[in-house]
Parts: sequence; structure tokens; C-alpha cells
Amino acid sequence: MVLVLALGDLHIPHRASDLPPKFKSMLVPGKIQHIICTGNLCIKEVHDYLKTVCPDLHIARGEYDEETRYPETKTLSIGQFKLGVCHGHQVIPWGDLDSLAMLQRQLDVDILVTGHTHQFTAYKHEAGVVINPGSATGSYSSITYDVNPSFVLMDIDGLRVVVYVYELIDGEVKVDKIDFKKTTTSST
Amino acid sequence: MIAGVAEDEEKWLSAGIAGLQQNAFFMHRALDSNNLKDALKYSAQMLSELRTSRLSPHKYYELYMRAFDELRKLEIFFKEEANRGCSIVELYELVQHAGNILPRLYLLCTVGSVYIRSKEAPAKDVLKDLIEMCRGIQHPVRGLFLRSYLSQVSRDKLPDIGSEYEGDADTAMDAVEFVLQNFTEMNKLWVRMQHQGPAREKEKREKERSELRDLVGKNLHVLGQIEGVDLDMYRETVLPRVLEQVVNCKDEIAQYYLMDCVIQVFPDEYHLQTLETLLGACPQLQPSVDIKMVLARLMERLSNYAASSAEVLPIFFQVEAFAKLNNAIGKVIEAQDDMPIYGAVTLYASLLTFTLHVHPDRLDYVDQILGACVKKLSGKGKLDDSKATKQIVALLSAPLEKYKDIDTALKLSNYPQVMEYLDIGTNKEMSNVIIQSILKNRTCISTAEKVEALFELIKGLIKDINENLQDELDEDDFEEEQNSVARLIQMLYTDDTEEMMKIIHTVRKHIMTGGPKRLPFTVPPFTFSALKLVRRLQSQNKNVSGEEVAATPKDIFQILMQTIEALSSVPVPELALRLYLQCAEAANDCDLEPVAYEFFTQAYILYEEEISDSKAQVTSIHLIIGTLQRMHVFGVENRDTLTHKATGYSSKLLKKPDQCRAVYACSHLFWLDENNDMKDGERVMLCLKRALRIANAAQQMANATRGSSGSVVLFIEILNKYLYFYEKGVLQVTVDSILSMIELIKQETSGENTTPDPATDAFFASTLRYIQFQKDKGGVVAEKYKPIKTEFA
Repeated sequence: MVLVLALGDLHIPHRASDLPPKFKSMLVPGKIQHIICTGNLCIKEVHDYLKTVCPDLHIARGEYDEETRYPETKTLSIGQFKLGVCHGHQVIPWGDLDSLAMLQRQLDVDILVTGHTHQFTAYKHEAGVVINPGSATGSYSSITYDVNPSFVLMDIDGLRVVVYVYELIDGEVKVDKIDFKKTTTSST
Repeated sequence: MIAGVAEDEEKWLSAGIAGLQQNAFFMHRALDSNNLKDALKYSAQMLSELRTSRLSPHKYYELYMRAFDELRKLEIFFKEEANRGCSIVELYELVQHAGNILPRLYLLCTVGSVYIRSKEAPAKDVLKDLIEMCRGIQHPVRGLFLRSYLSQVSRDKLPDIGSEYEGDADTAMDAVEFVLQNFTEMNKLWVRMQHQGPAREKEKREKERSELRDLVGKNLHVLGQIEGVDLDMYRETVLPRVLEQVVNCKDEIAQYYLMDCVIQVFPDEYHLQTLETLLGACPQLQPSVDIKMVLARLMERLSNYAASSAEVLPIFFQVEAFAKLNNAIGKVIEAQDDMPIYGAVTLYASLLTFTLHVHPDRLDYVDQILGACVKKLSGKGKLDDSKATKQIVALLSAPLEKYKDIDTALKLSNYPQVMEYLDIGTNKEMSNVIIQSILKNRTCISTAEKVEALFELIKGLIKDINENLQDELDEDDFEEEQNSVARLIQMLYTDDTEEMMKIIHTVRKHIMTGGPKRLPFTVPPFTFSALKLVRRLQSQNKNVSGEEVAATPKDIFQILMQTIEALSSVPVPELALRLYLQCAEAANDCDLEPVAYEFFTQAYILYEEEISDSKAQVTSIHLIIGTLQRMHVFGVENRDTLTHKATGYSSKLLKKPDQCRAVYACSHLFWLDENNDMKDGERVMLCLKRALRIANAAQQMANATRGSSGSVVLFIEILNKYLYFYEKGVLQVTVDSILSMIELIKQETSGENTTPDPATDAFFASTLRYIQFQKDKGGVVAEKYKPIKTEFA
């Protein structure tokens, strides 16, 4: 059982002052093995904070990130799964699932984590799963109205991944979960 | 030299102890054989060791303790003698025959103890006699220990009310008199030590005095424990007499110690009721006494007392505690004209803490204290005393911590004035404290007026206050500071759109004074704050029709245009471009075509004139294309102009792969799913073909320069795009074109010169899998995909 936190588009301090307190109290150091971040933190302070939650931090570059050396895309293997992360402003049309599926094929990953729209989605297609953890701070987006703060926790166990999405709606944290199973091992 | 003295002292002490023990031995022998005369003789000799002047108080104490122990045994003997019928009165006479006065008095006190216990005479009479006799010893150290002995043996025999030694009086007055007199005399002796001996040994003397202070202070403890000392007696007799001695002795060490003792020993309820008297003594003390410590401790005790129970609080109001303390502090500061600023501020800080504990709802008190501070500081200019500034920061932070709501602190009219006196660095530090308090408590500042007041307070962070002064803040710290300001801007919010508009105006006014250093930090949060308001107005405008709306999105876009323009003074073209595009999208959502067009124009100008770094260009192009793709507000002409420019920029990117990708991204500009008028298959195909040409050129270049086949990946990407548009129903994307793409890729990946690239192969394989998957879906999709053959010969 491997816990992977996926979050992004915090836009601190341009569009938000901080993570919601209810989220902060949930992100306890030592519980999570990996963090995948879709980008747009935007400042070093946020990077340092995420490092304290989990030192294995993978970030893709968002267009507002202060740190210009984050990669445009990143891939990594966790257990039986190959994961990829990309902020998503590079994939046009923004939020278009077919275009994201192409990126997924290109990166050859089972799970593609992407952001930019600030809208949580978890979409399964023939090549794998595309997950958008939304904006962890619920910050303004030109694409999505009424953004609720959200992040995703993936529990990777063998060939199965359970995706938990945490959303802050009207001051309460609501959790939902989605199951995905890989049909083959990642040997090819 | 000093080591020699210490050695000598040890020798004398040892000698003294030896002498004492020897005589004690003989004394015991005499006691065992009931030889009173000899016992007295040897006890007197034993006590003679205490006549020494050679020992420091610390060593004298050792000697004293041994004598004390022996005298206890002697006392037991005397008691038994009394039981056997020996006359106490005679004994009392007998001991006075001892040759030297000091042993005589120790013996007298010892017998006196037994005398009182026998009740043959009233306690008060015996005590009176003893205390008079003790006057005979005027040497400070010897006198202090003697009187301490008297105090110890008499402690449980005072004529207190309810005690068996009460006598016929029904007050504890006699007991009090006795203790007060002992206290007074002991203090006089103690103070006298200060002036004995040569000036160069002052430090040594003061240390010795410090060792003895508890002997004097003990008397106050005893007073505190006399049952008969109720509030009235404390107020009428005890306190005035003690304070009289404290003031009159004019000794700094005594005054400081005793004031503190009084505060610690007697109950807080008494202090509340005698505040005026107690505080009245303060200005009369020596100027060198650290009165602020004393007052601070008093206020601390009273604060804790107030916190201990709710019933206590009304008494504070009743006795007007605040007014008295405030007055007292004022008088002290007035009296000590040369008190350093740091001292005065500490006093006010203590009073403020007290007020926040006891009268938290009385903002006028808090403001009064700040006002008094301002008065004291006026005329001094900016402080450069670090101790003082530290205290002022503590003073200003206290209301923030207590009230947690910045609103309350903003109501304190003297608050900003106090901040004026801080030097620039500390002023910023304090501003930071304020911001952190707001962020921590997540308080929203909800009116333009409060925003104005807040920005006034923190103006050190918003702009350069003194243009001549170079800011020594290092870059990282400056960034942190400005990021805090940015976060703060998020907290300036209200649901009321009219008021929010006012807030926007206020914030803008202030951030524009920040100069090029600060604008990159403050303009983005301001922009998004404004865009959020635009959104709220959008939904509002739909409901409110015909009425005059105070603020419109158009007004806000105007402000935004001007504000983002200011970024050109920094310059940060990439940031400005992003903000322009954000505004364009928002204008699009408001159906404001000209406004959206203007924002695009500005973004394009920046791209053409200011953004020359290749990587920056690629990201900027993606943002331009991505934004433009979502625009629905443009008419044909405007749209064409912008699209044409975007495709132009795309094909002029430096690296061929970037060009290729940007160009095929542009294909999406010609096909909008939601709008049938915006579906131009021909232009889509043109873009894709163009992208293909660029990919080919890239291939050839790679062949020529590196001898390898370069990356085939571009072809695969273009293939994917073909499939995308084929599915959407773009007629110009024919089955043949797809098949020839597949052929091309096959050739490129299996040629002799090609180096196999697993990533490329995987991408191709996965694309082919996708085609197969679509075929397997059945229905219309399968029909579409049927002609696309993927099997290889």
C-alpha cells in the first residue's frame, strides 16, 4: 500500500493566501510516500512546505511558478504503475480529454496527473487514467467557475489504484473514491 | 589576595566552631549534672564566638546555626527547670549577669521564650522588654542575627487573636507592634551596612547585604501570617508603617527588595484596596530603584488575580484600579526625568498587559496607554535604542494577540502614531507582525476604510518611506516580505460588491506607490482580486436589470489595463502577458469584445517586443493559443487577425520541434466544438500539413547534422492530431492522409539508419492500440475506423 498525494494549482500568493486549514491539518508529515504536484505553487515557501509533508516531491512546471527549472513533464514508477505529470497549459485545447490522452500515450504512463483547469476530474480511457486533482486552495480560474478546494490521494496496491478525492464544500471536507485496475503488468 | 582572605575566613570559622563545640560540650556536662551556674557560664562562653567581626555573613550564618541548635537544647533544660519549680523570673534575672552583652541577649531571648510559654507574664510585656534590650547591639551583622533569633523564638508565641497568648487585648495590635519594631530596627541595621568600610569594597558589601536580605524580609512574612491582621489593620497600620520605613531609609537595595516583598507576601485583595497608598510610595523611592520591575510584578499579580475568578473583576472597577495604576506610572515617569525611554515603555507595556487581562473591552483604556506612550516619545524622533524598540514591538503586539481581530487594533487611534517612532527596520518588523496576525487568524478586512487604515499602518512595506535611505534588506527577505503583502491582499474582501469596488480602488492606490521593486508582487494578487469581483458582478448584472449599478466589469477592466501597464516599468513582460490573457478571458465571459481585443493586442505587443527568450516564447505561445481557442466573443475579422498572428508567431519559434507543435496546436483555433460557424476544416488541415512540413524539415536537419534519423515523435504526434480531427468529422482529414502518415512513421522507424528509440516505439504502438480500440468499440466509431488498417506487411 503506497500513498501518493496529487495536488496543484495552489497559486500562493497570487490567488490564495494559504491552503485551507482543514486540508493543512490533514496533511500530516510521514503518512504519505510520494507527492505529485501539477505546478503553479507558486513560491519557494510552498515548495518547502510540501517537502515537509513528504520529501519525495515531483513537480511539473506551471506557467506562474517562480522556479523555472521544474520540468515540463515528469514520469516515475510507483509499484506496478507508471505515472506522469504535466501542468496542462501546454496541451491545447485546455482540459480536452482526447488531447490529454495523446499526451498520456506519448509519455507511456498508466496514470497521467494534470492540472490547469482547477476542476477535479478522473477519466478512464483505453490507455489509462487521467486525473486532475483540481486546485488545492480553490483559487480563481479563467476556465472553471466556483472552484472548490480539492486534492487527490492515490492508494496504489499491486495492480489496483484507489483514487480518493477530497473536496472542501461549504466548509466541510467531502471524500469520494474511484477504483481503477490495470489489466496487464507494465512489462512491455 | 582575596584567596588569602577566604583561607583566613575558613580558619576563623573553624576556630569559631571548635570553640563553640568545646563550650557546648562543657555546657551539656553541666546540664546533665543540673549545675545551672556552670551551664550558664559555658553557654555564655559558647555564645561569645558570635561576637566575632571577622566572618562574612555567609560564614557567620554557619556559626549561628550551630549556636542556634545548642540554644534549643538549653531552652528545653530551662523549661524542665521551670517545671521543677524554679522561678522563671529569677532565671530571667540570672542570665543577665553574663559578662558580654551579645551572649547575655541570646540567653535572655531563650529564657524569654520559656517565660512567655509559662504565661507568668503577658506575652506582650516580655516581648517588649526583649526588643528594647536588643537595641544594645548596633553592629549590623550581629544585630541582624540576634534579632532574627528573637523573631524565630517568638514566632509561635505572638499575642495574636485566637492564640493562647492573646492576653486581654482583643486585637493583634501588640503582636503587630512587636514585629514592626523588629522589622524597622533590622532594616536600619541592614541599611547601615551599605556605608561601612572603604568605597572600593562597595561591591563586596552589596553582595553581603544581598545574602542577608531574607532576614529582614522574614518579618514581613510573619506580619502576613498574623491572623489578626485584617484588611483594616493592614490598611491603617501595617502598610503605612512598612512603607514609611521603606521610603525613609533611602536605600536603593532595601527599597527594591522590600517593595517586592510587600507585593509578594500580602494577598492581592489587600493590594487592590490599598493601591493608592502602595503606589503613592513609588515616586518617593530613590531614582535608582528599578521601579518598573516592581510595578510590573504588581500588575502581573493583579492580572492573575483578575483571571482567577469572575467575582473578583467588579472590585477592580470599584477601586478604579486602572486609573490609579495609570496615574502612578505617569507620576513615576514625571518624577524620574532622566528615565530612559526603554524604562517608560516597559512600564506602559506592563500596564497594557494588565489592561488587556482585566479590562479587555475597554479599548479607550488601551488607546489611552498608547497615547501616553506617544506623549513620552514625542520630540525624540525615530528611536535608535534597540531595547526600547523591542519593548515597543511588544507593546504593539499585545493587542494583536489578545484581540486576534485586526479590526479592533485598527480602532486604536494612537496605534499608528506609536509606530511612527520606530526606525524603518523595526517598523517593517511590526508591519510584518500585523500581517502574520491577520493571516494566522484568517480575518477578512471588509471595508475600504479599514483597508485604508491598515495600509497606513504597514506603509513601510508598501512603499519606500525615505527615498534617500537605501534599503538594506537582502533579496530573500524582501521577497518574503512582499509575498506576505501579496497574501494579505487576498484577505481584503467583502461580499458587498459596492464596498468591494471601493476596496479595489483603495488597494490600487496604495500598491501603485510601491515602485518597480514591489509591483511584480502586488499586481498579480490585485488583478485576481479584481477578476473575482468581475465574476460576481457578472452574475449580479444578470439579475439586476435597468437599475444603475455602481460598478461595472468594464470599469474594472479599465483599472486592470492601467495597472498591468505599470508592470512595464519593472519590466516583467512574461507576467504582464499572462495577466493580460487572464483579463481577455474574463472580458470574453462578459461579452466585451473590444475590451478582450485590447487585452489581446497588449499581450501580442509584449510577445513581439519584449519576450525574446526561446523557452519563454514557447510557454507564452501556448498561453496565447490556449486562451484564443476559448474565445467566443470575437467577430470574424478580429478573430482572423488574432489567429493569423498566432500562427505566424508559432512558425517563427526558434527550434523546429517547438514550431511544429505550436503550429499543430493552432489547428484547434479553426475548429470550435460549440460553434458551427467556427469549424473550418480546410484551415485545420492547412495547419496540420504545415506542421508536417516542419517535422520533415526537422528530420532532414537531424539527418544532415547528426547522421541520425532524429526524432520521429513529431510525426506520431501529428498522426494523433489527424485521428483527433478525423473523429470530429473534419472532412479534409481523409483516410488516405491517415494511412500515409502511418506508412511514413513505419518507414522512419524501421529504416537502416534509425536508432531504435523505445519511447517512440511505445508511443506509436499505443497509438495503434488506440485505433484498434476504436474499431472494437462498435457503432459509428467503429465504422469510421474500419478503413484504417494498421497491420503491417
